[in-house]
Formats: sequence, C-alpha cells, structure tokens
Amino acid sequence: MIKNISNLGDAALYCDFGKKVNKEINTQVIKYFKTIKEKKILGINNLTPSYNKLIISFDLKKINFNKLKKIVENIEITKNDSIQNKKFEIPVCCEKEFSLDIKRLEEKLKMKEEKIYESFFEKEFFCYMTGFIAGMPFLGDLDENLRTKRLDTPRVKVPKGSIGLTEQFANIYTFESPGGWNILGNTPLNIFDSNKEKEPNLINPGDLVIFKRITKDKYLDYHE
Amino acid sequence: MNKNYFEIIRAGINTTFQDLGRKNLYHIGIPFSGAMDNRNYLLANKLTGNDDNHPVIEFAYQGPHLKYHGDKINIAITGDVSFKIKKRDNLVDGECYRSFILENNDELDILSTNKSVYGYLAISGTFDLKFQWSSCSTNTKANIGSNNGEKLSANQKINISEVNQNFMNKKLNYINTKIENIRVIKGTNFNFFSEKAKKIFFENEFQVSKLSDRMGMRLEGKKLENIVDTNIRSEGLIKGVIQVPADGNPIIMLSDHGTIGGYPKIGVVISADYDKLVQLTPGSVIKFQEVDLNSAETLFKLYDLETQNLISRI
Repeated sequence: MIKNISNLGDAALYCDFGKKVNKEINTQVIKYFKTIKEKKILGINNLTPSYNKLIISFDLKKINFNKLKKIVENIEITKNDSIQNKKFEIPVCCEKEFSLDIKRLEEKLKMKEEKIYESFFEKEFFCYMTGFIAGMPFLGDLDENLRTKRLDTPRVKVPKGSIGLTEQFANIYTFESPGGWNILGNTPLNIFDSNKEKEPNLINPGDLVIFKRITKDKYLDYHE
Repeated sequence: MNKNYFEIIRAGINTTFQDLGRKNLYHIGIPFSGAMDNRNYLLANKLTGNDDNHPVIEFAYQGPHLKYHGDKINIAITGDVSFKIKKRDNLVDGECYRSFILENNDELDILSTNKSVYGYLAISGTFDLKFQWSSCSTNTKANIGSNNGEKLSANQKINISEVNQNFMNKKLNYINTKIENIRVIKGTNFNFFSEKAKKIFFENEFQVSKLSDRMGMRLEGKKLENIVDTNIRSEGLIKGVIQVPADGNPIIMLSDHGTIGGYPKIGVVISADYDKLVQLTPGSVIKFQEVDLNSAETLFKLYDLETQNLISRI
C-alpha cells in the first residue's frame, strides 16, 4: 500500500511505499503502476515505478496535485491481480575482455573468481524496475556475499551488453553508457530495441531472469 | 525523390529535430525529450501556420547554415538569434518572430543565439522524418528519434515532404527576458542537507557550468553538505529536479535526463520557470528562491496565459 503521497515539484506525485526494498513492496508498486496505467487518467504524462516508490508526473494544464492525489488515493488494487511474470535465460560470457571488474570483485568480496560465478549463475532474479538508460533492468537479489559498492570513479564508457553488480542488484547495460557498476561479463542478447515500439524492452518489471554462463565461441555465434 | 530540401552547409553545434516529445515511456527508461524552450517552440510553429505538435529544427549556440532547394516556402526563427538571409547576392539581416519567404537557392545562415542557448526554425511545410513513439524528437544519448537519433551533420540533406503554400506575413513583437531568480519547491530529500547547506542553497549564487546539455545543467558554487546520505535508493526523476551528488555541486535535470537517479533531491524548479532556465548560458549567475505549491500553480497559470496571449496575437 502507498504509505504517503507528497508533491515532487508542482507537476508530479511522489508515492512512497515505505523504506524497505523487497519483492513484496516492489510487487505492490508494480501493481499500482499497472492499474493506474490501464485507467488512462487524463493529464498523466508518465509513471515511474522504482524499488519502493512510484512517481506520477502530469500536465499542469490539465490537472493539479490535489486533484490527482485524490484520484490515486481512491484507486483500488484487487488482491487477485497477479503480475504476469515472464522468465528469461540470459547468456553471459565471462572471458577476460568482458569481465572488466573481476579482479576488483575478488578483492572486495574476498572470494575466488569461480566462487563468484557459482553464486551468480543459475539463480533466479526478479526485475524490480527498468530505466536510467532505456531498457536497463534492475535485477535482485544478489546473495549477501556478492554485495559491494559502485566503483569509486565511474567509467566514462561501459560497453553495451555489460552485466554489472552493485549492492543487492545486477543490471544490464542496454547500450554503451557511462556507469559505475562492477562489470562481471557480457551478454550477446539485445535487451533493448527501439525499433520495436510496442515492446522495446526484453525484460520488464516483475519478470524473472536466470543468467547462464557461455563460452566465447557460443558468444560469437550469437553475432553471426 | 524529394524536390524540396535544405542542403546543410554547416550543421551548427547541436542541431536536432524536436516536437512536443514522448509521453508514458519513463517506466522503460525513455525520457520526455521535445523542444527545450516550449514557448519559443510554439511561437515558431504559429508564425508558420502550423499546429502545436509540428516538428521544428532546434539549435544551440551556433545554428546551421542552410541552402534551400525547391518551391517557395515560409520560415520563422524564434529565440534571441542572429541570422542572415542570402537571396542571390543580396545578404540581409534576419529578424526573429516574423515569417520570411525562402525561394530556390536562397541561403539561411543562423550565426548564433545571443546570451541564450536555444533557438527554433519552423517551416510552412513538413520535414520528412522518422517518428518513434509518435514523436520525431531526437535523443542523441539513446539514439532515438529522427535522423537515426543523431544531431544533424554537414553534407546531409533535410528533406521536406510537403510545402504548405500559405504566404501570410506574420509578425510578433516579443523580447525574451532573462531570469536570475529560479523559483523552486523544496525537494523530497531537503532534510538530508545540513542547516548550513540549506542556507547556502537559498542565499548564495550559483554559476551555470560548461558541462550542461539537453540532459542536465550542472551548477558551481559553494558546496552543499549532506548530513544524512549522499546516495538514496534509486527512484524516478522528472525534469526540473535538482539532485546533489557527493561532490556537493547541484545538477538540474533537463528534457533528456536519465529516468532514474540515486542522488538526494534538494529542490525542483517550478514549471513556470523551466523555459527560461534552459536558456541560461554557461557562466550565468542564478539564485534559488523558495515558493510553495499553490504559488507555483498560480505562477504556471499566469505563464501559460501569457503564452496563449502571445499566440493569439500572431
């Protein structure tokens, strides 16, 4: 449930679902997001679900904060509304040229390379949100022993397809972008395709993801 | 083939196609984009007889130098812009906020924006563009929109699929005013900052940094000290949000901003001041002034009425 609604500037609602970040709370956020989106409320420009917040921005010419707040407060989320999860297997190659931060991870996590991969691969992750750059999925939760901070100085360019780790999450760089996550490997799959207007994102909030380790030969096959 | 087109002799610094932008895509990570200065965008379209959501060319600082080929066409430039029109061997100074006729082989040289950032070129016609999610707006970071998501470059052609032959001469007396006081509503993490930082935010001046673009405006000045946490759980952003990373220098989110961010929000620029905010050049000095939600809504109504009033005078 939404714990509190406040205003973010004069043209957005800031819906707070509480401090915790877990699947239960995030599932609530996604349910609200989907329900409000389907209602096509006049004046809403954008809905941004994240771990434990939902930001609703609107056109100030058409509606204002107090009016939209009342509408959102009165929206009913039925208990039976379950999220349709899709499941994906994402192939990842961890050759040296792709696992840019494996040495740093070994050092920070005090774990050997193979142990890190063992904790990461073949586990099911949950997509909490997508964004920052187009289509980037934020996937959780990493095992406790894999959690570490961002790089002290972010990279100016993280290659497209990079798999990054930070704190309890993994992400996938959908195109080359600046970024500070610890890079473990690279996927040959296209995660975001702007030519598919209906569904540009392969992975959406609520979806489940398992990473599978592949060899360099197999990685190269994808590009042929 | 298109018989009406602009030949690009010089592309300018950051020349892109823009319209009203894209809605309902933040949840997949695609920003709003669209013309940075909405009022000047609307006025340019109105001066050439177009509707509100008609693609125009947006340029920053130095604009493009174009040579026109085709049937007679009406054009208008808005903003605070110096430009020249060359007809045969006759070079004349252009005037903003009025329509001009261009004929075959005429040249349009948009020299610069004056003490401002963005200007707009609209035509009484339709550019031949690729639309994505119902918008032509070019987002160069995600390579989305017209021109393969890239800014215009020299030796390209700008094709025009249709020319509207309405040659009414339209003119508007309007002068862009600059603002120094940017009005803001306190952000959702205002209390993350020390008393000293809050005071600095509202009482000191900040300078617009050179590292500003369509994504964000970086500011320099006294550092804003955070006493709670320099990172928050990543959450949605909107344009106008002022984030403060660990280095203490505020960044204002602009139209092509990342949709999610993890830095504390000290304030949000009110909607009424956005068009003028984006026109501030690097080195400009600004001061933040607090307003409440009610005042912000009233100020926006007034600003919008003023825009509508300008449009009705064309």
